Amino acid sequence: MHQVLSGLATGGIYASIALALVMIYQATNLVNFAQGEMAMFSTYIAWSLIEGGLPYWGAFAATVAIAFIIGVVIERVIIRPIARKSELAVVVVFIGLLVIFNSVAGWIWTHSLKTFPSPFSAAVIPGNKYLSAHEIGAMLITLVELLALYVFFRYTPLGLAMRAAAYNPVSSRLVGIRVGWMLALGWGLAAAIGAIAGMMVAHVIYLDPNMMTGILLYGFAGALLGGIDNPAGAVIGGFIVGVAENVLGAYVIGTDLKLSVALVLIVGVLTVKPSGLFGKTIVTRV
Amino acid sequence: MTIEAWPNPDVMTRAAVRPARVYRVAGLAVLLIAASALPFFISDYRTFQFTLTICYAITLLGLNILTGYNGQISLGHGAFFAIGAYTAAIMMDRWDLPYWSTIPAAGLVCLGAGFLFGLPALRLEGLYLALATFALAVATPQILKYKGIEHWTGGVQGIVIVKPPAPFGLPISPDKWLYLFALAVAVVMFVLGVGILRGRVGRALIAIRDHPTAAAAMGVNTALYKSLTFGVSALYTGVGGALSALAIQFVAPDSFGFFLSISFLVGIVVGGLASVSGAVFGALFIQFIPNVADHLSKSAPWAVYGVFLIAFMYFMPTGVAGALQMIWARFCRTR
Repeated sequence: MHQVLSGLATGGIYASIALALVMIYQATNLVNFAQGEMAMFSTYIAWSLIEGGLPYWGAFAATVAIAFIIGVVIERVIIRPIARKSELAVVVVFIGLLVIFNSVAGWIWTHSLKTFPSPFSAAVIPGNKYLSAHEIGAMLITLVELLALYVFFRYTPLGLAMRAAAYNPVSSRLVGIRVGWMLALGWGLAAAIGAIAGMMVAHVIYLDPNMMTGILLYGFAGALLGGIDNPAGAVIGGFIVGVAENVLGAYVIGTDLKLSVALVLIVGVLTVKPSGLFGKTIVTRV
Repeated sequence: MTIEAWPNPDVMTRAAVRPARVYRVAGLAVLLIAASALPFFISDYRTFQFTLTICYAITLLGLNILTGYNGQISLGHGAFFAIGAYTAAIMMDRWDLPYWSTIPAAGLVCLGAGFLFGLPALRLEGLYLALATFALAVATPQILKYKGIEHWTGGVQGIVIVKPPAPFGLPISPDKWLYLFALAVAVVMFVLGVGILRGRVGRALIAIRDHPTAAAAMGVNTALYKSLTFGVSALYTGVGGALSALAIQFVAPDSFGFFLSISFLVGIVVGGLASVSGAVFGALFIQFIPNVADHLSKSAPWAVYGVFLIAFMYFMPTGVAGALQMIWARFCRTR
């Protein structure tokens, strides 16, 4: 029971990363390999802000804003000119970004592990036999975030415009939506979601330039499992992966092969059902 | 203008090609002689570095066959490099087999592994394949540490092996001998590679990359070619890995992490995609640039790698090899 619940807690983090990946995929058909490192970098910024004396929630808000700006800038400056070139070029540029973020973080903040505070550790929640306060808090934050995103994309004009731009760029442009900026906003949002996930997970696994590699892998697995073109599916997929990882890690294979679970899951899903559980099957015309 | 105004194309190309080919063969021979003489002018440590460069060159050629020529993106070739290295180490340490026998064995093991990984990869295109191989690269160190195979792999500690001495009582150090051995292996591998890529197979690979549907319509068995390419590419990488294990005398899980796979990617991008000579330039780059950048900071080599990756994609998508070819073509035209 404990394993399932704490699986849900980590699953929420995977769900956030998966959601960030899906948002970028939907808008541009690209898989952002640098998503995890961007989140890690933002988390370091949050750490610096907190060390600098800001209260936790102040640093939290500031980090989300900074991550948003970083995402927008990356889209406008680096991704825009390359997006129409070959897939290989795009993958190489993403890997380049990943490497730069990783090494610059190591350069600025060194490679030693750092503890990251949690706003929930002091609060006592009654009846939490199975979960730590941080796990419950992280889960709540993830749920609030998902709800906010749902409302944003469903009911606000900007959210609808972003969806339209992703769904049908040409027609959107005809009705006056600035498609380019919508893509940049999508990147910003994805980066912000990633930053929140990074800040939630950093308390559990400590802050380190390589902390997100495994998480990103699980995020991919979750996104693929749920269907990479379906945001809700990706969230569910993230939760499933989180629970599966925890239960399997505890009872079946032990902790030292956890990453291989993600590998098997990714290859398995891609081979057996590439569209995922909830995705649309794509038919390529010859 | 009548058709007679044009010189006979046959005569023209033959006249142009022949000196070019003579130059090329002569140039390669000179380079090869220089490469074999190299260890006698430099220290053992430098020789060791060049041996590693040769290992990387073989590996990069393998990755280039897959990614550059066939268009299948692999971010996971560090895994095959690891399989090759571990095959060599296990054969020498556990079974006391001679070092030279490990090279073909590592190649064959990787051919099998690559072919098997290539089968599911058939259904994956572009980004998805990149994703699956990315996962492979990230999971590799963990799999190598797995307790169930610890008595083979030595677990976290890895395996220490002994550097082979020069045979026949040759009066050269083991480092220099290993360099010459690696160079000989590399020459064989490159000649084979050029043979594969020049002929019918090479054309099929490029056709699959540029237009899979058209290639299939022309009678190319895309599924077989793609998975075989994966196997052959892994074979090259495995040979490179086995040689590197001999040179370093040590294998351990953490040297085969995700970043090894990325440095191979850096190598083919910088050296030149879909180019045989690009493998050599790329190998020199990934072996020596980090040493230079290391003086700045521990993290600097990777920042440099990242910047180079992006910059090359923007400004020089054909890599060093492509740029040199362009300069050479311009030089020929002005003469």
